[in-house]
Amino acid sequence: MNKQSTPTNSAPFSPLPLKIDSLVKHFGSVTAVDGISLELRDGECLGLLGPNGAGKSTLIRAIAGRVTADSGQIAVFGAAAGSPASRAALGWVPQDLALYPRLTARENLSSFGRYYGLKGKKLEKAIAWGLEWAALEDRAGELTRNLSGGMKRRLNMAAGLIHQPHLVLMDEPTVGVDPQSRNRIFEMIEALRTQGMTIIYTTHYMEEAERLCDRIAIVDHGRIIALNTREALIQSSFGLRSQVIARLEGPAGEVSAWVAARGGRLTDSTAEFTIEHPAEIAALLEGAASTGLELVDLSLRRPNLESVFLHLTGRELRD
Amino acid sequence: MIIPVIRTALLALRRDRVSLVLSFVVPIAFFSIFAVIFGGQRDTVPKIKLIGVDEDQSSASRQLVKGLESEGSLTVSTKPAPTKDQPQPVDYTAATAEAAVTAGDVSVALIVPHGFGDHPISFGPGSEGTAIELLNDQSDAIAPQMVAGLLQKAAMTAMPEAMAEQGMKYAGQYLGGFTPEQQKKMNNNLEELRQIESRKDATGSSGSLNSSGGGGIIAVKSRSVVGQNKKSPMISFYAAAIGVMFLLFTASGSAGALLDEAGSGALDRVLSSRVNMTGLLAGKLVFNILLAFTQLTVMFLWGWAVFKLDFFSHIPGFIVMGLCTAFAVAAFGMLLASICRTRAQLGALSTLLILVMSAIGGSMFPRFLMPEAMQKAGLFTINAWAIDGFTKVFWRDLPVTALWQQVSVLLAIGVVLFAIARRIARRWEYS
Repeated sequence: MNKQSTPTNSAPFSPLPLKIDSLVKHFGSVTAVDGISLELRDGECLGLLGPNGAGKSTLIRAIAGRVTADSGQIAVFGAAAGSPASRAALGWVPQDLALYPRLTARENLSSFGRYYGLKGKKLEKAIAWGLEWAALEDRAGELTRNLSGGMKRRLNMAAGLIHQPHLVLMDEPTVGVDPQSRNRIFEMIEALRTQGMTIIYTTHYMEEAERLCDRIAIVDHGRIIALNTREALIQSSFGLRSQVIARLEGPAGEVSAWVAARGGRLTDSTAEFTIEHPAEIAALLEGAASTGLELVDLSLRRPNLESVFLHLTGRELRD
Repeated sequence: MIIPVIRTALLALRRDRVSLVLSFVVPIAFFSIFAVIFGGQRDTVPKIKLIGVDEDQSSASRQLVKGLESEGSLTVSTKPAPTKDQPQPVDYTAATAEAAVTAGDVSVALIVPHGFGDHPISFGPGSEGTAIELLNDQSDAIAPQMVAGLLQKAAMTAMPEAMAEQGMKYAGQYLGGFTPEQQKKMNNNLEELRQIESRKDATGSSGSLNSSGGGGIIAVKSRSVVGQNKKSPMISFYAAAIGVMFLLFTASGSAGALLDEAGSGALDRVLSSRVNMTGLLAGKLVFNILLAFTQLTVMFLWGWAVFKLDFFSHIPGFIVMGLCTAFAVAAFGMLLASICRTRAQLGALSTLLILVMSAIGGSMFPRFLMPEAMQKAGLFTINAWAIDGFTKVFWRDLPVTALWQQVSVLLAIGVVLFAIARRIARRWEYS
């Protein structure tokens, strides 16, 4: 159990919050984590971005000490994953709603606080903080099973941070919540960010990674295929190029052939092209007109993380 | 349109193992148990265990005991079974026989007192027969009545010369005597009867016991040595019997919370905190022990309030037996929860096991009514040991020290089951 009274305090340990070295984990014939190495800096928010089944949750569970790696090492503030020191320093917000449905919000926080060794005034203080942070003060006495989906998610997060850890693992904390609740969760995480908490945040929504994370690790097939800031990732994949999104109407075969001939990518009736200069748009318009295709809609945009993922893997992020 | 509906229902049923088990396995298991108990072969009918103490050692008393020994529905013992400490046990006395009934070793003891042989037959006006004493345990209402009936039957068939002699005596007394010739003939017949009985003794055969027993030929004095002061004879038995069965259901249901937590991810989260699996299981075990003990307490208090069960005179014994029983059933619940993957599995398995255990362990009907083999099988259940212990406390009024056997077995069951549960729970620890 750490000695900090609030999550805003800096870590008392000198080593890095997290250091992973060549981590490998197999489940039968499936390689869930394939040689991942990673370092996390103090106060940083690192996003693990990847599609479902990429290995993000396995990596998080290994850091939390709930998955035994086949090889490789994980050190949390210098302590081995799963060790008492590591458990005390870590907060884990699992993807599941890992709560007691028949207990109230306050009782859930109290139970998990006690599991982390909190008691007396420290526990009361931590519960008060958790309820306030999750904006559940007025629902503290409500049975958890009666809370809305968004409230349960927020309570799930507060339960993971009740012992005021130095490093927080958040495994897709916005799964299944409506946009309004998602924004509320973002605000909660941003509050932690401003307080300097070190966070690992897994998601398959690039908007979340872009909004919340300092650096982003793109994970696919158990590997980190790129790790950098958002801007650096886009720069390394696309340089200064932009993307043109065009919606075309015409015979499917002709549309497909025309898009392929110009190096574009067609999804349904929407084509995507990468261009060096905006002037190239004119050539696209002319080409479409000359082949008799109707251009219904056209837009220009800077590449995003989804573009980077597509560029690196040839697949869409949510495939 | 009916066929597609039937087909869909069949497909669903085929994949619903819980329903299949409840539909087919549980009824078959129960049918088999009840068939063995009540509908089996003649040789599976339980024999009544009877202690015979022949203080008289007369010809009549020996013949009577021998007649009872030859009765197929009785197991008569005149001395305890040899043990390591006592390889050559001495014959029962009236006192040790009474102690054996009190301890529940047998349901009935028969004491043939000194002087029985002088006047074995008690029929007729002013009969001066010396009464045989039947010591019984009130919890078994059937055994003493059967023994009393068989006793009369044995008197009729195993002591013919005593019967004849007594009859002639009464005839002489009330008819004004016999002529010397009649007396001589009767004496000859009596001698012949004695010789027939001697030959039977020599060949080891006994008198025919096929005739139906009469009543009142020999004087019998019955005395309840257990339960004679109880206001409601079987209440304590059923409080324990039903209590233990539902304790098992409660314990398995409560332990199933572990499966809920595993399913929701709460178990993972708890195990990522300071709590390890041993601590978690131990915590749940202690909770389930307290829950089971509270349940038992409420049940016995209800028995006290409504059925006049003498609860407050047996507090120490209740606490000892209650805690040991609660420990065993709590560990049983933990084991079931650790074996099963889902709540539905747990429901099916616990229903099957608990009903079977309760049937053969004596929660549904007393074990002494069951065949010998079934009684022995019952010893593999928590129910049997718990019921035996509670019966010792509430029925036999035995001290706590007399519970050592039940306490040892229940504690051992608890320790073993919990150790197995802990071993199986490793599957939740790491993946």
